Formats: sequence, structure tokens, C-alpha cells
Amino acid sequence: MTFLGIDLLFALEKILLISAVLAVSLVVAMYCTWGERKVAGWIQDRIGPDRAGPLGLLQPLADGGKLFFKEEIIPTNANRGLFILGPSLAMLTACMTGAVLPWGDTLTFGNTQVSLQVADINVGILYIFGVVGLGVYGIMIGGWASNNKFSLLAAVRGASQIISYELAMGLSLIALLMLTGTLSLKEIVEQQRAGYWNVVYQPLGFFLFLICAFAECNRAPFDLPEAENELNGGYHLEYSSMKLGFFLFAEYINMFISSALMATLYFGGYSFPYMDQIGLDGNWLTILGMGALFFKTICFIFFFMWVRWTLPRFRYDQLMKLGWKVLIPLALVNMLITGALILWQQS
Amino acid sequence: MEALTNRAQAVDRRPMNFWERIYIPAIMKGLGITFKHLFRKKATVRFPEETRQFSPVFRGLHVLNRDEEGRENCTACGLCAVACPAEAITMEAAERKEGEEHLYREEKYAARYEINMLRCIFCGFCEEACPKDAIYMTETFAPANYQRKGFIYGKDDLLIPNPKEKA
Repeated sequence: MTFLGIDLLFALEKILLISAVLAVSLVVAMYCTWGERKVAGWIQDRIGPDRAGPLGLLQPLADGGKLFFKEEIIPTNANRGLFILGPSLAMLTACMTGAVLPWGDTLTFGNTQVSLQVADINVGILYIFGVVGLGVYGIMIGGWASNNKFSLLAAVRGASQIISYELAMGLSLIALLMLTGTLSLKEIVEQQRAGYWNVVYQPLGFFLFLICAFAECNRAPFDLPEAENELNGGYHLEYSSMKLGFFLFAEYINMFISSALMATLYFGGYSFPYMDQIGLDGNWLTILGMGALFFKTICFIFFFMWVRWTLPRFRYDQLMKLGWKVLIPLALVNMLITGALILWQQS
Repeated sequence: MEALTNRAQAVDRRPMNFWERIYIPAIMKGLGITFKHLFRKKATVRFPEETRQFSPVFRGLHVLNRDEEGRENCTACGLCAVACPAEAITMEAAERKEGEEHLYREEKYAARYEINMLRCIFCGFCEEACPKDAIYMTETFAPANYQRKGFIYGKDDLLIPNPKEKA
């Protein structure tokens, strides 16, 4: 079955996979909002949302419905095209990153093998970095087009923050890549499946990556682009209705994706200890592995929330100081040590 | 200046040492504190289903009392209105007619008795001032209303049900 040289079955498989990945990341992001409020409640000795449905589980639906039916305001002096482009870009880039993450091993249906990864490209990590780098355009364009000085300030803050921390993030990753020798996420997971998790070899690198991930996701304590009490809300100040929802939603999708990425890079992805010793056959093992990845991701998401409700926000100069004067030198040192160790092992 | 108490403590302004400056131990400690709070007893009272326990002296909405035979205690002396610091109470007195002895205990009664719950500060002075045990404060508090006039409680709202009719 081919059409214009494309295997239709292959196309169908990929379309299904893409829809599944999109649906999962959207649903997880939806329930992140619920989880965030629950965790915040518990940490503050409250209960959190519990009115909509059992345990408040319908709360995200109610919130989404509310956002959809709210009046949509585009300020008179705003740049209409860019104003709409901002949240769309934020959402688009947030959804695109999920494409290269390996969500599981292969499933076997008869003779066909279905890899649970939309695209196993050999520059997986570079792709993620590129897309995440594009994500800042959503914030920049949104903040600029609002024609509001607070939004603009927040957008500038966001841009410089993401650029600064992307450097440290990339440098901390280089050490990992020197170790693994590949940019493909699938291969990185397979290596960890056979040996130890990468966090064992790269504890400092993981720590730096974690801090930078917080900054890239604009999460507390680095949530300066949306510092409510300084900027009246941040880059989405002029936004209302679902366009605001998209901005907030993109943040949660980013959080989900970066949690999954950290689990993949440093915590073995879909592999779990004694995976190949328990003697289960292919498909069940794959499903268990997916569960393992999901569990790790949820743990990271919880950690994101836990930190948010513990630490106060950084001051802007402290943020820059931490990024440039602490994280980047540390990442360089980490790189040097890793390189030296690799050379020492080879000789 | 001499210290009034010995509880004052000087602020430690020494520069932070290296361990303190990397902040990680402090952050860990903070995370530990918040983690403990995850499992604490929640302070929330799920209001419409649960209500908060009030102390026995709680001062809520007023009621006008009746005696055992269902007669109104209030004699419209106006002492509660005089005692009221917020001037929330107003009343009109009337004389008891022949044949109304089963309705009013005294020879004079309140034909109109109103408390403005928006003015009331729930101090309980009316309760203290009443010589006839006619006004009491209960454990219910003022419900919401759509209009201001809904907060002016008349005799219909205040009088407790007649113990004779209830049976």
C-alpha cells in the first residue's frame, strides 16, 4: 500500500502515534494544573480544589471551559497579527518537543514492529534544543505585541533568561554527550538499559541541567517573566480568554516535556532496573517501560511543584549572576572532569 | 537606651560562609519543611457540609424568646435599643388588648421589632440589657442576601417557633 511513494501503513502508524503523544501531553498538562493546585494546597495545609467531581478531578475541564467562554480582548494599540501569533507559537513549540522523545520500546503486532517514538532522529537532543530555543519567540512576540511596558519588560526578561540558561544547559549536556557518544535519545536510553543510569556518572551535570530546566520553563524560583507582583502578570498581561490559557498551558506542557527529557537523559528513560532479568515478553515489557517513564516524569513534575511552593523568586541580578557566574563555570568544570576521565580510561 | 525586656536579640550580620552561600543546604531544609506539611492535618473546614465548632459564648443571629406557653417575652421597653452601640434595633410598642393574653406575656408588647443585621456588630449588649429574657443570640450567623433590605430582620424572622404550635 503506497501512495506517492509513501507507505500508507507507515503514515497511519505515525499519525496515530503523533495524535497519541499530543493527546497524552495535553491531558498531562491539563492535570498538571490540577496537581499544582492540589500540591500547593497540601503544602499550605489546605485541601485544594475538591468541588468539581470526585477529588476535584473535573476542575481542569471547568477551568478550560471558563477560559473558552471568556470575552476575548485584543487591545486597540496591539499588533493584531503578532498578538495572535504569540500564544500560538508558545503552544506550537511546546507540543513539538514531544516528537523525538522515546516514550517506550517497540510494540510488536504480528510482523510489524511499532516504535513508540515518533521520530528517532540522530540529532534528537539538538532538535529539542532548537525547538526550546524557538519557544522564547512566543514570549517575546506576545510581550512585544501587547504594546504594554510591563509585558515588554517581562518579554525582555524572559528572552535574556532563556538565552543565559540555555548556555549552561547546553554545556552541562555536552559532558553527557561526551559520555554517551550519541545525540539520539533512543540510543541514550538503550545504553542506560544495559548499564547504570547516567545520573550515576553525571551527578553534577544532572544538577545543573535540573536548575536550567527550571529556568527554561519559567518556573519558580526563576519565574521572572511572569512575576505577578512586579510586572502585573508578566508577558501575558494583556491576554485574555483562551489565548491566556494557551500561554499558561504551554508552560505546563513544557514542564511535562522537560520532566520526560530529564527522565530520559539521566534516569534511564523507559528502562527500569532488572528490566531484562524479570523475563517478560516484548509487549508487556514495553508497556511496563512506558509506565516506568511515566512514573519518573510524574516524580519530576511533582518536584517542580514542590520547589515552586517552597522557594521565593530570585531577584533579576541574582538570576543573571547565578546563570553566568556559577552555572556556566560549573558546567565547564564538569565538562573538563568528564573529558579527563574519559581520556584516562582510554589510555 | 535600656532594653525593656531581655527578649531582644541582635541581628547576625556576619558575612555568610561558603556553606551558607551555596544555599543548597538551606534549600534542602526548606524542601523538607514543605514536604512535612504535605501530610499535616488540613486546616480547611469544608463549609456547607461541615461547620466550625463554636464556643458556647458565640454571638450569632438574634432570636426573640417566648415563654413555655408560647407567649412573647418582649415588653418593648427599649432597653436593648438603648444599649445597642450600633443603633441597629428599632421597635414600636403597643398595648395588649383584651383576649390577647395567650399571645403576649406582659401588658405591653412590641408591635414592630426590627434588627438591621448590617448595622449589628454582634456585641451582645442587647442580650445583657434585656430584663425579660426576651432577646438571645444564637449560633447561626447572617446568611447572604441579594438586597440590603433583606438584612433588616423583623419579628417574623426573629421570633422562635411557638412551642405549643409545634407539638
